[in-house]
Amino acid sequence: MREQTNGADGGRTPFLRVQGLNAWYGESHVLHGIDFEVHEGEVVTLLGRNGAGKTTTMKSIMGIVGRRQGSVVFKGTETIGLPSNRIARLGLAFCPEERGIFSSLNVEENLTLPPVIAPGGLSVETIFELFPNLKERLKSQGTKLSGGEQQMLAIGRILRTGARMLLLDEPTEGLAPVIVQQIGNTIRRLKQEGFTILLVEQNFRFAATVADRHYVMEDGHVVAMVRNAELDQRMDEIHEYLGV
Amino acid sequence: MATVTAGEIRAATHEGLPRQQVVAFVIMVGALVAAPFFFYPVFLMKVLCFALFACAFNLLIGYVGLLSFGHAAYFGMGSYVAAHAAKVWGLPTELAILAGTAVAGVLGVVFGWLAIKRQGIYFAMITLALAQMVFFFSLQAPFTGGEDGIQSVPRGHLFGVIDLRSDLAMYFFVLAIFLMGFLFIYRVIHSPFGQVLKAIRENEARATSLGYRPDHYKLTAFVLSATLAGLAGATKAIVFQLASLTDVHWSMSGEVVLMTLVGGLGTVFGPVVGALTIVTMQNYLASFGAWVTVIQGVIFIVCVMAFRRGVIGEIANVLKKPL
Repeated sequence: MREQTNGADGGRTPFLRVQGLNAWYGESHVLHGIDFEVHEGEVVTLLGRNGAGKTTTMKSIMGIVGRRQGSVVFKGTETIGLPSNRIARLGLAFCPEERGIFSSLNVEENLTLPPVIAPGGLSVETIFELFPNLKERLKSQGTKLSGGEQQMLAIGRILRTGARMLLLDEPTEGLAPVIVQQIGNTIRRLKQEGFTILLVEQNFRFAATVADRHYVMEDGHVVAMVRNAELDQRMDEIHEYLGV
Repeated sequence: MATVTAGEIRAATHEGLPRQQVVAFVIMVGALVAAPFFFYPVFLMKVLCFALFACAFNLLIGYVGLLSFGHAAYFGMGSYVAAHAAKVWGLPTELAILAGTAVAGVLGVVFGWLAIKRQGIYFAMITLALAQMVFFFSLQAPFTGGEDGIQSVPRGHLFGVIDLRSDLAMYFFVLAIFLMGFLFIYRVIHSPFGQVLKAIRENEARATSLGYRPDHYKLTAFVLSATLAGLAGATKAIVFQLASLTDVHWSMSGEVVLMTLVGGLGTVFGPVVGALTIVTMQNYLASFGAWVTVIQGVIFIVCVMAFRRGVIGEIANVLKKPL
């Protein structure tokens, strides 16, 4: 690794600390000792090419991969031995790449389905303010929404729960530029409201507009950590990693 | 912009029932109230008992996606215990039915706890194996009467007042039980609990990562389904004054699958229509003897090949509204 990945924020206790994380899909060893940390109120991205292990890292944090080893400490609690539902109830909310909208439920039901795990979640009015389309489509079945609306619903419904850390897996994938912009505004607004966000992105330009720091992944390893302020100086290096 | 609170949204989920479902319910209740004046009440009571059984089964397969192939165990044990309680212990009818229902519920807790650890075909096989154990228990246990079953079960008096030996009185008692069971299931599947069940059926991993424990929800649904199947069996034992091995036989588990599929899996009214269809066939085609089974088989194949959604499922698809 060409840049340190730990102690990224002057000795503050990290909100999420991942150390030596390994993960497997069946016999296939996918993550090889991932180390990184996210501090409270930060927006941090995981960058990397297809197959680098970004999504698997998120799924491993949530405990939904076949097998995982290492350490994932969230707000001082070791979660590596906990089932996925317990991890979610600690205050980690995951928005998967495929969005996971339940097709047999309508927008309203999808929105109210996730359990409220702590006070402090966004009110429904605020969610409608962030995503006005949802209010208009309240009675529509989940699958009858456009890709952008599904993404808004997938993000909106986890904001109600009171979880303070969001794991967003490629929220801009396949969306029109205007929707990407809306999601970018939402992420900045959530940061202002004090949410901590771990973002997986292939769209580096988008990531640069919202994040404080970036971890670059390659073949199941974290190979670099770049602060947003250093982007210009280290652009060549990043382009080399991402192959852009 | 008008503000909408989470409470209002949640309330909105439960208020304003879909109009087509209200209309269908009113038609169903009207038809069931009028029916005993035109058709043989005992036949209608059989339909109602099996309709409740199929609705209970549908709660599990239609809304949680779990195919139990051993629901005869709960129906049959409900039937045996109610019959025994009414005849040997001399319990009042309503308490005998409650006893049968409770035993089926307890059996559901034990069998469900074992079965939900596996999914798909393994789940179905475990439920079948457990039901077969109940069958052989029923064959050997002294209180079931072996091959004779428990016969001449007294119908008794409802609350010590209404003489249930009258078919018409018994019919309206059975109708009340059926409607309570039906409305209870309707409430369950439209509650937040029911929404979580549907979410688990659709994407268990996602429901888990949102913070739910699918096994708890599945077990609760399993126990509710077993309990209601027991209620159906217990009521049937009082209606026919008989509990027999037929009630716990594996073919009974198959019949309830058939009823649910013919009526429409995962629909509210489908199991009722399915039960009506199959029981009517069994009664009115009885003169064909063993051929009834063949005809049932043909109907099953036609249903699966031609209209997989079942009768009500196809109608709902045409109307583009849930039924």
